[in-house]
Amino acid sequence: MNNMSIRERLSGNEAAATAMKQINPDVVAAFPITPSTEIPQYFSTFVDNGLVDTEFVAVESEHSAMSACIGAEAAGARAMTATSANGLSLMWEMIYIASSLRLPIVMSLVNRAVSGPLNIHNDHSDAMGVRDAGWIMLFSENNQEAYDNLLMAHKIAENKNVMLPLMVCQDGFITSHSIENIELVEDDKVKEFVGTYKPEHYLLNKNEPIAVGPLDLQAYLFEHKAGQAEAMKNAKQVILDVAKDFEKMTGRKYSLFEEYKLDDAEIAIVCMNSTAGTTKFVVDKLREQGVKAGLLKLRVFRPFPVEEIAKALSHLKAIAVLDKADSLNAAGGALFEDVTSAMYVNNIHVPAVNYVYGIGGRDTKADDIESVYTDLSEIVKTGKIDNPYRYLGLRKEGDK
Amino acid sequence: MPYNVKEIVANKPSRFTSGHRMCAGCGAPPVARHIMRALKPEDHAVVANATGCMEVSTFIYPYTAWTDSFIHTAFECAGATLAGAEAAYVSMKKQGKLPADGDTKFIAFGGDGGTYDIGLQSLSGAMERGHDLVYVCYDNGAYMNTGIQRSSATPKYADTTTSPAGTVIPGKTQCRKDLSKIMVGHHIPYVAQTIAYMNFKDLYEKAEKAIYTEGPAFLNVMSPCPRGWGYPTEDLMKINKLAVETCYWPLYEVVNGVYHISYKPAKKLPIEEFLKPQKRFRHMFKPGNEWMIEDFQRIVDERWQELLDLEEITNKNK
Repeated sequence: MNNMSIRERLSGNEAAATAMKQINPDVVAAFPITPSTEIPQYFSTFVDNGLVDTEFVAVESEHSAMSACIGAEAAGARAMTATSANGLSLMWEMIYIASSLRLPIVMSLVNRAVSGPLNIHNDHSDAMGVRDAGWIMLFSENNQEAYDNLLMAHKIAENKNVMLPLMVCQDGFITSHSIENIELVEDDKVKEFVGTYKPEHYLLNKNEPIAVGPLDLQAYLFEHKAGQAEAMKNAKQVILDVAKDFEKMTGRKYSLFEEYKLDDAEIAIVCMNSTAGTTKFVVDKLREQGVKAGLLKLRVFRPFPVEEIAKALSHLKAIAVLDKADSLNAAGGALFEDVTSAMYVNNIHVPAVNYVYGIGGRDTKADDIESVYTDLSEIVKTGKIDNPYRYLGLRKEGDK
Repeated sequence: MPYNVKEIVANKPSRFTSGHRMCAGCGAPPVARHIMRALKPEDHAVVANATGCMEVSTFIYPYTAWTDSFIHTAFECAGATLAGAEAAYVSMKKQGKLPADGDTKFIAFGGDGGTYDIGLQSLSGAMERGHDLVYVCYDNGAYMNTGIQRSSATPKYADTTTSPAGTVIPGKTQCRKDLSKIMVGHHIPYVAQTIAYMNFKDLYEKAEKAIYTEGPAFLNVMSPCPRGWGYPTEDLMKINKLAVETCYWPLYEVVNGVYHISYKPAKKLPIEEFLKPQKRFRHMFKPGNEWMIEDFQRIVDERWQELLDLEEITNKNK
């Protein structure tokens, strides 16, 4: 462990803003939206108090936030932003353009339900809406992980074999507004770890003018998209390499996912972000009762670790995948489809069910999670799955 | 040194090369080329384009007509994209991450669709925040790239594919938006309306001022479209001339809020002279439709008088 690290108590938004301060990007362009508003707020105070060298561009919309980040990053700068829900929806067009231009922009996405109707609370419908946009997507269980993931972000995104934008997700309000203990890394160590950005080609290099963002027709677009796909494949190893370096600096270990009491488990839940914390509590409780429950907490959702997940779940007797966003496709949530597809192509058959849960900030308690494990035990006993596409915590007729 | 178009063309190589695919008789390429010539030879530029005719005709992978750095992202965000590049420049220069010598200038080009309409918010934001950049609107008065749909810059009665001159509705029924005045309302240091006319002197001098004025600047440049307006390609300069001589497109600049009309025709030509050579106004000349021409003339007269008044008012206390 690193003895010099700083112990603090910060909210998830403060943690993200602190990481940004230590990264000291050249440009931040952002627009306020609950629950991520605090990030540009905190960051503006860093700017106005001279604690960073950043140009803060207080844009008039999220569409312009991402456009300005693209302009800045293409110009040769390190650009960052933060947003949530409808803000990300408004950016959607530019999200695809950022990745297609191979610009390693880093975003802090504080997950919230996408309208409509309007709701400001947490679910993952914002992130799920951009899952095919060519961004690396890291999920964070708590404030510490939101901070750590941001510190690792640039080393991953800016790697020559990757050059893709990256978003670090955390749960709106649940972690963004909860104050928790956190271990910070010293400023100089972060600076050394993140390093300086040295782009190969950039607009502001007057000795080598470049043109960015062409009309790209039938003869070339396919190859350019395949290049993005290849970069996403490359990202997996880079994420692991950067995690190793990060562990050397902090002692904190990260991988593609966390396996919690999974190796000898018979039944397991797969989920992302803060629900993993609640699930760990339930797993511990069930273990005391002799139930062989486990958890796979996914950290790296894009690139999706297909072989690794299939392997990690192969020994189980039943699994439940928890989706905090409904796909409204009459089939199941996005994570469920990715997990089951990963297992299918790796020729692994484990009975699997999907629970859509927590929509619009609906509270998911330990009892709810426990009921999932109870269902899984029942599936193991009977070998029967009546309906693989289920809801958890949905009010039934007659409920208050 | 007094302006001399021959010397400028001879001594300042074009930074917007031939081989681009814009139509013959289009007003935009000479505008882009001449504005880029207004840069000092030693200065580098970052050019942004909104999606539109100019972008899809000048940068088709793997070819580009731009010799300076260039970026295009989407239709509605040339303002924000260029603002981001400018912010990067300010930040990196301040931190010593860029060479101390030489300047980089920031110039955006957007059509009226990408500027008056879908890009207005992004443009307004960039102007209000005070980025040191020039936004050039090449205004051809409709969405020409997608096939001549009406925009808020389309003049009243014009026949477009989404405001066709029909048997019941005679073309566009609304007036043009006055974008230059919207820009003046941002209290930026420099706003000008110009055109490629009279040896391009007005265009060149205003471009030079816009580029070398610190802070945001806006140029509105009328750029006729032979397909959308329906004139023979060789008549581009004639159309530009008639737009100015009828006061349909007044040339003026607003420097720190003070209006200055750059050209006052000795004898203002009747608006028919401008309308007649263009097929988009053909229906206005059918018997019984004289009222449309009269109404059009009234609008031109009112706008011209308004401009004369603004010039007088804003110069009063100088």
